[in-house]
Amino acid sequence: MITLTHFLVVSACIFCIGLYAVLAKRNTIMILVGIELMINAAILNFVAFGKYDKVNYGGQVFAIFAIVLAAAAVAVGLAIILNVYRHFNTINPQNIHELKD
Amino acid sequence: MMIESLLFYAFAALAILSALLLVHIRNIARALFLLFIVLFSMAGLYLFALADFIAITQILVYVGGVLILLIFAFMLSNKELLDDLQSSSKRFISLPNWQAIILALAFLSLMIYSYISWAQDMPEWISQAEAKGRMILPTDNNIKILGFKFMTQYVLPFEVISVFLMMALIGAAHLSRKESNK
Repeated sequence: MITLTHFLVVSACIFCIGLYAVLAKRNTIMILVGIELMINAAILNFVAFGKYDKVNYGGQVFAIFAIVLAAAAVAVGLAIILNVYRHFNTINPQNIHELKD
Repeated sequence: MMIESLLFYAFAALAILSALLLVHIRNIARALFLLFIVLFSMAGLYLFALADFIAITQILVYVGGVLILLIFAFMLSNKELLDDLQSSSKRFISLPNWQAIILALAFLSLMIYSYISWAQDMPEWISQAEAKGRMILPTDNNIKILGFKFMTQYVLPFEVISVFLMMALIGAAHLSRKESNK
Protein backbone atom coordinates (compact mmCIF):
# COMPACT_ATOMS: atom_id res chain seq x y z
CA MET A 1 0.00 0.00 0.00
CA ILE A 2 1.40 3.38 -1.00
CA THR A 3 0.78 5.93 1.73
CA LEU A 4 1.20 9.67 1.76
CA THR A 5 4.60 9.39 3.45
CA HIS A 6 6.05 7.51 0.47
CA PHE A 7 5.24 10.42 -1.83
CA LEU A 8 6.56 12.95 0.67
CA VAL A 9 9.90 11.16 1.08
CA VAL A 10 10.41 10.84 -2.69
CA SER A 11 9.62 14.50 -3.20
CA ALA A 12 11.97 15.47 -0.36
CA CYS A 13 14.79 13.57 -2.08
CA ILE A 14 14.12 15.24 -5.43
CA PHE A 15 13.88 18.66 -3.73
CA CYS A 16 17.23 18.25 -2.00
CA ILE A 17 18.92 17.11 -5.22
CA GLY A 18 17.57 20.27 -6.86
CA LEU A 19 18.81 22.33 -3.92
CA TYR A 20 22.27 20.83 -4.33
CA ALA A 21 22.22 21.64 -8.04
CA VAL A 22 21.27 25.26 -7.31
CA LEU A 23 23.98 25.65 -4.67
CA ALA A 24 26.89 23.82 -6.26
CA LYS A 25 26.66 24.14 -10.04
CA ARG A 26 28.70 26.77 -11.84
CA ASN A 27 26.54 26.94 -14.93
CA THR A 28 23.34 28.93 -15.15
CA ILE A 29 21.51 26.30 -17.21
CA MET A 30 22.19 23.66 -14.56
CA ILE A 31 20.93 26.05 -11.87
CA LEU A 32 17.72 26.42 -13.89
CA VAL A 33 17.50 22.61 -14.09
CA GLY A 34 17.82 22.47 -10.30
CA ILE A 35 14.96 24.94 -9.93
CA GLU A 36 12.89 22.77 -12.26
CA LEU A 37 13.60 19.73 -10.08
CA MET A 38 12.47 21.63 -6.97
CA ILE A 39 9.25 22.72 -8.72
CA ASN A 40 8.62 19.11 -9.72
CA ALA A 41 9.00 18.00 -6.11
CA ALA A 42 6.46 20.64 -5.07
CA ILE A 43 4.04 19.44 -7.78
CA LEU A 44 4.39 15.87 -6.50
CA ASN A 45 3.42 17.11 -3.03
CA PHE A 46 0.40 18.97 -4.44
CA VAL A 47 -0.78 15.88 -6.27
CA ALA A 48 -0.20 13.53 -3.33
CA PHE A 49 -2.26 15.71 -1.00
CA GLY A 50 -4.84 16.38 -3.69
CA LYS A 51 -5.77 12.69 -3.63
CA TYR A 52 -7.67 13.35 -0.38
CA ASP A 53 -9.59 16.38 -1.67
CA LYS A 54 -12.43 15.18 -3.81
CA VAL A 55 -14.69 18.19 -3.13
CA ASN A 56 -12.48 20.96 -4.49
CA TYR A 57 -9.80 19.10 -6.48
CA GLY A 58 -7.46 21.78 -5.12
CA GLY A 59 -4.27 19.77 -5.37
CA GLN A 60 -4.60 18.83 -9.02
CA VAL A 61 -5.79 22.28 -10.10
CA PHE A 62 -2.91 24.02 -8.40
CA ALA A 63 -0.47 21.43 -9.74
CA ILE A 64 -1.48 22.56 -13.23
CA PHE A 65 -1.06 26.20 -12.22
CA ALA A 66 2.42 25.37 -10.89
CA ILE A 67 3.35 23.68 -14.19
CA VAL A 68 2.24 26.81 -16.10
CA LEU A 69 4.23 29.07 -13.76
CA ALA A 70 7.33 26.91 -14.20
CA ALA A 71 7.01 27.05 -17.98
CA ALA A 72 6.71 30.86 -17.89
CA ALA A 73 9.68 31.10 -15.52
CA VAL A 74 11.89 28.93 -17.68
CA ALA A 75 11.01 30.90 -20.83
CA VAL A 76 11.95 34.24 -19.24
CA GLY A 77 15.01 32.73 -17.54
CA LEU A 78 16.39 31.31 -20.77
CA ALA A 79 15.84 34.64 -22.54
CA ILE A 80 17.83 36.34 -19.77
CA ILE A 81 20.56 33.68 -19.98
CA LEU A 82 20.92 34.21 -23.74
CA ASN A 83 21.17 37.98 -23.26
CA VAL A 84 23.80 37.53 -20.55
CA TYR A 85 25.76 35.17 -22.77
CA ARG A 86 25.64 37.65 -25.64
CA HIS A 87 26.87 40.40 -23.32
CA PHE A 88 29.50 38.71 -21.16
CA ASN A 89 30.38 35.68 -23.34
CA THR A 90 30.01 33.42 -20.31
CA ILE A 91 27.18 31.96 -18.28
CA ASN A 92 29.17 31.10 -15.19
CA PRO A 93 27.38 33.06 -12.43
CA GLN A 94 30.67 33.74 -10.64
CA ASN A 95 31.97 35.76 -13.59
CA ILE A 96 28.84 37.89 -13.91
CA HIS A 97 29.30 40.52 -11.25
CA GLU A 98 28.67 43.84 -12.95
CA LEU A 99 25.33 45.48 -13.45
CA LYS A 100 26.73 48.31 -15.58
CA ASP A 101 27.53 48.09 -19.27
CA MET B 1 -1.45 -4.41 -4.57
CA MET B 2 1.95 -6.03 -4.76
CA ILE B 3 2.71 -5.03 -8.32
CA GLU B 4 1.47 -1.50 -7.64
CA SER B 5 3.97 -0.83 -4.88
CA LEU B 6 6.68 -2.55 -6.91
CA LEU B 7 6.04 -0.18 -9.82
CA PHE B 8 5.98 2.78 -7.45
CA TYR B 9 9.37 1.86 -6.02
CA ALA B 10 10.75 1.35 -9.52
CA PHE B 11 9.61 4.80 -10.66
CA ALA B 12 10.85 6.44 -7.45
CA ALA B 13 14.26 4.76 -7.72
CA LEU B 14 14.51 5.74 -11.40
CA ALA B 15 13.70 9.37 -10.60
CA ILE B 16 16.05 9.68 -7.64
CA LEU B 17 18.97 7.81 -9.20
CA SER B 18 18.85 9.67 -12.48
CA ALA B 19 18.52 12.98 -10.62
CA LEU B 20 21.62 12.09 -8.61
CA LEU B 21 23.47 11.20 -11.80
CA LEU B 22 22.21 14.47 -13.32
CA VAL B 23 23.86 16.61 -10.66
CA HIS B 24 27.00 14.47 -10.68
CA ILE B 25 27.71 14.35 -14.41
CA ARG B 26 29.88 17.06 -16.00
CA ASN B 27 28.65 16.87 -19.57
CA ILE B 28 25.70 19.28 -19.80
CA ALA B 29 24.08 17.59 -22.81
CA ARG B 30 23.99 14.23 -21.03
CA ALA B 31 22.63 15.94 -17.91
CA LEU B 32 19.78 17.42 -19.96
CA PHE B 33 18.90 14.01 -21.38
CA LEU B 34 18.94 12.60 -17.84
CA LEU B 35 16.47 15.35 -16.94
CA PHE B 36 14.27 13.80 -19.64
CA ILE B 37 14.25 10.51 -17.68
CA VAL B 38 13.61 12.31 -14.39
CA LEU B 39 10.60 14.18 -15.79
CA PHE B 40 9.11 11.03 -17.33
CA SER B 41 9.42 9.07 -14.11
CA MET B 42 7.94 11.97 -12.14
CA ALA B 43 4.98 11.81 -14.53
CA GLY B 44 4.75 8.12 -13.70
CA LEU B 45 4.70 8.96 -10.00
CA TYR B 46 1.82 11.39 -10.53
CA LEU B 47 -0.18 8.49 -11.92
CA PHE B 48 0.10 6.71 -8.58
CA ALA B 49 -1.53 9.71 -6.90
CA LEU B 50 -4.41 9.26 -9.40
CA ALA B 51 -3.62 12.46 -11.29
CA ASP B 52 -3.65 11.26 -14.88
CA PHE B 53 -4.27 14.67 -16.43
CA ILE B 54 -1.35 16.18 -14.52
CA ALA B 55 0.92 13.40 -15.78
CA ILE B 56 -0.07 14.05 -19.40
CA THR B 57 0.38 17.80 -18.91
CA GLN B 58 3.79 17.17 -17.40
CA ILE B 59 4.87 15.17 -20.44
CA LEU B 60 3.43 17.74 -22.87
CA VAL B 61 4.72 20.90 -21.19
CA TYR B 62 7.98 19.80 -19.62
CA VAL B 63 9.27 17.17 -22.01
CA GLY B 64 7.83 18.81 -25.10
CA GLY B 65 8.47 22.44 -24.25
CA VAL B 66 10.80 23.17 -21.36
CA LEU B 67 13.37 20.51 -22.16
CA ILE B 68 13.60 21.50 -25.83
CA LEU B 69 14.04 25.12 -24.72
CA LEU B 70 16.83 24.10 -22.32
CA ILE B 71 18.60 22.12 -25.04
CA PHE B 72 18.34 25.13 -27.40
CA ALA B 73 19.81 27.44 -24.75
CA PHE B 74 22.60 24.95 -24.11
CA MET B 75 23.47 24.78 -27.80
CA LEU B 76 23.32 28.56 -28.24
CA SER B 77 25.77 29.14 -25.38
CA ASN B 78 27.96 26.18 -26.13
CA LYS B 79 31.37 27.60 -27.01
CA GLU B 80 32.35 28.97 -23.64
CA LEU B 81 30.95 25.96 -21.81
CA LEU B 82 33.44 23.51 -23.22
CA ASP B 83 36.42 25.65 -22.14
CA ASP B 84 34.88 26.04 -18.72
CA LEU B 85 34.49 22.30 -18.31
CA GLN B 86 38.04 21.54 -19.31
CA SER B 87 39.66 24.21 -17.21
CA SER B 88 37.80 23.51 -14.00
CA SER B 89 37.63 19.74 -14.03
CA LYS B 90 41.15 19.28 -12.69
CA ARG B 91 40.86 21.70 -9.84
CA PHE B 92 37.54 20.54 -8.45
CA ILE B 93 37.95 16.80 -8.67
CA SER B 94 39.80 16.63 -5.39
CA LEU B 95 37.58 19.12 -3.57
CA PRO B 96 33.87 18.45 -4.03
CA ASN B 97 31.38 21.11 -3.10
CA TRP B 98 31.12 19.89 0.47
CA GLN B 99 29.24 22.91 1.78
CA ALA B 100 26.40 22.35 -0.68
CA ILE B 101 26.35 18.60 0.06
CA ILE B 102 26.16 19.24 3.81
CA LEU B 103 23.39 21.81 3.41
CA ALA B 104 21.31 19.58 1.12
CA LEU B 105 21.76 16.52 3.36
CA ALA B 106 20.83 18.51 6.47
CA PHE B 107 17.68 19.78 4.78
CA LEU B 108 16.82 16.27 3.58
CA SER B 109 17.27 14.74 7.04
CA LEU B 110 15.18 17.50 8.61
CA MET B 111 12.33 16.95 6.15
CA ILE B 112 12.39 13.15 6.40
CA TYR B 113 12.53 13.30 10.20
CA SER B 114 9.51 15.57 10.29
CA TYR B 115 7.62 13.32 7.83
CA ILE B 116 8.34 10.18 9.86
CA SER B 117 7.32 11.78 13.13
CA TRP B 118 4.25 13.28 11.46
CA ALA B 119 3.10 10.00 9.86
CA GLN B 120 1.41 8.76 13.04
CA ASP B 121 -1.15 11.54 13.31
CA MET B 122 -2.53 12.76 10.00
CA PRO B 123 -4.16 16.19 9.75
CA GLU B 124 -7.83 16.20 10.53
CA TRP B 125 -9.09 16.80 7.01
CA ILE B 126 -7.15 13.85 5.65
CA SER B 127 -8.41 11.42 8.28
CA GLN B 128 -11.94 12.74 7.80
CA ALA B 129 -11.69 12.27 4.05
CA GLU B 130 -10.43 8.74 4.57
CA ALA B 131 -13.24 7.97 7.03
CA LYS B 132 -16.03 9.37 4.87
CA GLY B 133 -14.64 7.95 1.64
CA ARG B 134 -14.13 11.35 0.00
CA MET B 135 -10.87 10.32 -1.63
CA ILE B 136 -10.27 10.32 -5.36
CA LEU B 137 -10.79 6.77 -6.59
CA PRO B 138 -9.26 5.06 -9.62
CA THR B 139 -12.73 4.67 -11.10
CA ASP B 140 -13.47 8.42 -11.12
CA ASN B 141 -13.58 10.39 -14.35
CA ASN B 142 -10.87 12.83 -13.30
CA ILE B 143 -10.48 14.81 -16.51
CA LYS B 144 -14.18 15.62 -16.81
CA ILE B 145 -14.42 16.81 -13.20
CA LEU B 146 -11.21 18.83 -13.61
CA GLY B 147 -12.63 20.54 -16.69
CA PHE B 148 -15.81 21.46 -14.82
CA LYS B 149 -13.75 22.79 -11.89
CA PHE B 150 -11.62 24.94 -14.19
CA MET B 151 -14.64 26.51 -15.83
CA THR B 152 -16.74 27.05 -12.69
CA GLN B 153 -14.96 27.22 -9.36
CA TYR B 154 -11.46 28.18 -10.51
CA VAL B 155 -12.34 30.35 -13.49
CA LEU B 156 -10.73 33.53 -12.10
CA PRO B 157 -7.31 31.97 -11.35
CA PHE B 158 -7.51 30.22 -14.72
CA GLU B 159 -7.98 33.51 -16.60
CA VAL B 160 -5.32 35.26 -14.52
CA ILE B 161 -2.80 32.53 -15.20
CA SER B 162 -3.50 32.53 -18.92
CA VAL B 163 -2.96 36.30 -19.14
CA PHE B 164 0.19 35.87 -17.05
CA LEU B 165 1.50 33.16 -19.37
CA MET B 166 0.87 35.36 -22.40
CA MET B 167 2.69 38.28 -20.74
CA ALA B 168 5.66 36.09 -19.82
CA LEU B 169 5.97 34.62 -23.32
CA ILE B 170 5.74 38.03 -25.03
CA GLY B 171 8.33 39.35 -22.58
CA ALA B 172 10.64 36.43 -23.28
CA ALA B 173 10.35 36.94 -27.03
CA HIS B 174 11.02 40.66 -26.56
CA LEU B 175 14.06 40.01 -24.35
CA SER B 176 15.71 37.51 -26.65
CA ARG B 177 15.39 39.36 -29.95
CA LYS B 178 18.43 40.70 -31.72
CA GLU B 179 18.99 44.39 -31.12
CA SER B 180 19.35 45.92 -34.57
CA ASN B 181 18.98 49.68 -33.98
CA LYS B 182 22.05 50.36 -31.90
